[in-house]
Amino acid sequence: MTVIFDGIASGMLLFLISVGLSVTLGLMNFVNLAHGAFAMFGGFVAVTLLNRAGIPFLAALPLAAIGTALLGVLFERTLYRRLYAATHLDQVLFSIGLVFMSIAGAHYLFGPQQQPLTLPGFLQGQINLPGLDMGVYRLFLIVLGLAIAFGLQKMVSGTRFGAQLRASVDNPRTARGMGINVDRIFTLTFALGTGLAGLGGALGVEMLGLDPGFPVKYIVYFLIVVAVGGSGNITGSLIAALILGVFDVAGKYYVPQAGAFVIYAVMVAMLIFRPQGLFGRKAAR
Amino acid sequence: MNKSMIDLTPLTRATRWHPAELAFWLLPVAGYFLLQDNLVLLTQIAITALFCLSLDLILGFAGIVSLGHTAFFGIGAYAAGLMAAHGHGDPLLGLLVAGICAGIAGFISSLLVLRGADLTRLMVTLGVAMMLYELANKLTPITGGVDGLQGMEIQPLFGSFAFDMFGKTAYWYAVGVLFVMFVIARRLVHSPFGLSLKGIRQNVGRMPAIGAPVNARLAAVYTLGALYAGIAGALLAQTTQFVALDVLSFNRSAELLLILVLGGSGCLYGALIGTIVFMTAHHFLSDMNPEYWQFWLGLLLVLIVLFARDGVMGGVRRLGALGKGGAKA
Repeated sequence: MTVIFDGIASGMLLFLISVGLSVTLGLMNFVNLAHGAFAMFGGFVAVTLLNRAGIPFLAALPLAAIGTALLGVLFERTLYRRLYAATHLDQVLFSIGLVFMSIAGAHYLFGPQQQPLTLPGFLQGQINLPGLDMGVYRLFLIVLGLAIAFGLQKMVSGTRFGAQLRASVDNPRTARGMGINVDRIFTLTFALGTGLAGLGGALGVEMLGLDPGFPVKYIVYFLIVVAVGGSGNITGSLIAALILGVFDVAGKYYVPQAGAFVIYAVMVAMLIFRPQGLFGRKAAR
Repeated sequence: MNKSMIDLTPLTRATRWHPAELAFWLLPVAGYFLLQDNLVLLTQIAITALFCLSLDLILGFAGIVSLGHTAFFGIGAYAAGLMAAHGHGDPLLGLLVAGICAGIAGFISSLLVLRGADLTRLMVTLGVAMMLYELANKLTPITGGVDGLQGMEIQPLFGSFAFDMFGKTAYWYAVGVLFVMFVIARRLVHSPFGLSLKGIRQNVGRMPAIGAPVNARLAAVYTLGALYAGIAGALLAQTTQFVALDVLSFNRSAELLLILVLGGSGCLYGALIGTIVFMTAHHFLSDMNPEYWQFWLGLLLVLIVLFARDGVMGGVRRLGALGKGGAKA
């Protein structure tokens, strides 16, 4: 039971980080491998605020998200928007370039070591039930993840902004003709995606660690979540992330010698049988 | 002349060797005499150039996007390494076996890769490479895991040229293999097979209509690219007499993409020139500032994508066109 619980918690964390990627890659069709770099940025903002400025953890989280979103807007306005129409290969190369720069930059500013983070007292400790040990922080992650998944789903499918976004993605020209400011929608969406990455990065410091290698170490996981869940599909990402988290934790617990091999094998098999993802509504271009 | 006939002159002219190409191949000879102290670096350049050529075949000519091309490089390196470590140290036999192993792996994975569109291909190639990385990492008794594969003994080339500590034999060996493989690739690219690949890259929908079996052609070129990469990996293993786990890393795949784009993909000399420029820059920049080399690498990549999409060869071509335009005007 504890293994499953931990798996769900780590899946939820994966979801929190990769849902941002699901938004940019899935809805905007931009292969953004630099997503992990934005998550790392969020993590560094949170750690810096906590350790140097003494801001409480719960206040540092939204600040990390907002900070990363602002960075996202800056990058979107100056760089990303030039490449919306480019081929996937160009987007991949461009974002790998950003990843390399972010790694070296983080190395320069913070050094190669892991960043320390102390959780506030009320998020530490465990709740012990018969047969189940729940870490409070993990419970916190699960609740937060569910709330964000619910909110996002509502926003994309239920609000005016969500409708405009879907219209802009499906057919930018017609959307523009209908008076939708497509550029602004894309900027906002990109900010949302990177903001979520920053939030996830900040939340993940405790479980995934934070060092300059972060963007490369975990990008594969994020991509798996999006690719398996079906891009642009929030429920799909959630389920994929949960499956991945449970398998990952269970695999490490029961068959440590297999390592991450199982995960990659499952992903490749999944993509072969359902190239559009488990819940994909259409194949990516 | 009959109008319905297709004028093949540009095609036949393209297959002929241009004087500039001959001059280019004098470079390795000149390099040998002028840079005696840097033969190890030059050997690395030759090997990376061959590896890059293999990616050029599948990406530049056939348009298959791959983030996991190191998979085949690694298979080749481990195949040659294991052969040599278990007493079959003949270098050419090692190359052959490595090429075949990587080719078979390439053929099998081509069945998976060709099913999807760009994004799926990216993920599947990446996934296959990561799987192999994990496999090599965990199979410590066979591959040596993180410590790398050691204890290789390479026999003299053709039974008479031993691999010396100055790397002279290794250098000529690597350059020789690169040249032979390049000539084969060059013939191939200008053959009807190569032209059909170009056609597929430019218009997938049209090619079946004129009778080209798209999937078979792509599978063939993917297998061939894998074979080339395997031979490059085997060269690395044989000349350094060591296989590090790093041969399968994601960074190597990404770096290779960068090299190809830097040189200009879809052009065989692009792969070679990209490698020369990149490796030389790497050599000097990382000497100056080893930790932050990656930053400049990333910046370069971003700038290339934004401003110079066709790389060095594109620049050369534009200069050439400018010269011609100027002559006309």
